[in-house]
Amino acid sequence: MLYAAIWRALPGPLVVRVLLAAVLVLAVVAVLFVWVFPRIAPLMPFNDNTVDPSAGVVAHVREV
Amino acid sequence: MKLARWTLGIVGDLLVTAGLVLLLFVGWQLWFTDVTANRTQDATVSRLTQDFAKGQATTPGTETPKAVPFGSAFAIVRIPRFGADYARPVLEGTSRDILQDGIGHYDGTVLPGAVGNFAVAGHRTTYGRPFHDIDTLRTGDLIVVETKTAYSVYAVKRHEIVAPTDVQVVAPVPDKPGVKPTERWMTMTACHPKYSAAQRYVVFAQLVKTYPHADGLPAGTLTVPLSSSKKAA
Repeated sequence: MLYAAIWRALPGPLVVRVLLAAVLVLAVVAVLFVWVFPRIAPLMPFNDNTVDPSAGVVAHVREV
Repeated sequence: MKLARWTLGIVGDLLVTAGLVLLLFVGWQLWFTDVTANRTQDATVSRLTQDFAKGQATTPGTETPKAVPFGSAFAIVRIPRFGADYARPVLEGTSRDILQDGIGHYDGTVLPGAVGNFAVAGHRTTYGRPFHDIDTLRTGDLIVVETKTAYSVYAVKRHEIVAPTDVQVVAPVPDKPGVKPTERWMTMTACHPKYSAAQRYVVFAQLVKTYPHADGLPAGTLTVPLSSSKKAA
């Protein structure tokens, strides 16, 4: 429904719509890859490689 | 009825979107971080190589090593077991940002080749995964640490799997905190098991010899070892 509404909102003939949709998808992926995911990654529990007295205690806020 | 169907449709779309975003995140973490980190780390190794080649400011051994600023690269690690082309930068510090740009040197541990413990940490998975194959290291495998003044050649002695809080592995005498060091050790830590951070895979190596940078490494030092060697005890 959401996607159908976006599709209907896209102007122009089919080719233009497909191109516009592709651009939108790429833009969303780019935003996620460049800004969102790098900020989420430190909250993930599988990226620590150091020994540290505080390891595992407050794993999501400490520095590795 | 119409409203219920509409709401259900929107919720369905959002759930599908969430699923796609999660899949994208896995792809980003497992693939894209390697792409970008490898590019950064390769560039750092090239820059260091050029920098090291630019003549010696002082005679090796006559200068007290200066403290390295956090986040700056000061050495290149080569591990023949990880491949003939394997070369990774070592940066000062072990914070999250630093480990995304290479191998991190534990603050407060000695510099390569010195008496004490040159302790480093690296990613086992993601962000270029410099220590991905740490579990393939065998007793006697060589680890070469190149700095501007020297090549320090370490040989693997043993490995341990410890809890993330077991900081004694980076003590000046590994596993013996408080003891005054007389030997030259290197400790490598990485997460264990792969794709988890429940434990740490730790490898201990001891200095074999230090060669002045101007003399270079003896031929054959970087030869990839045969896979049949004995496993580190």
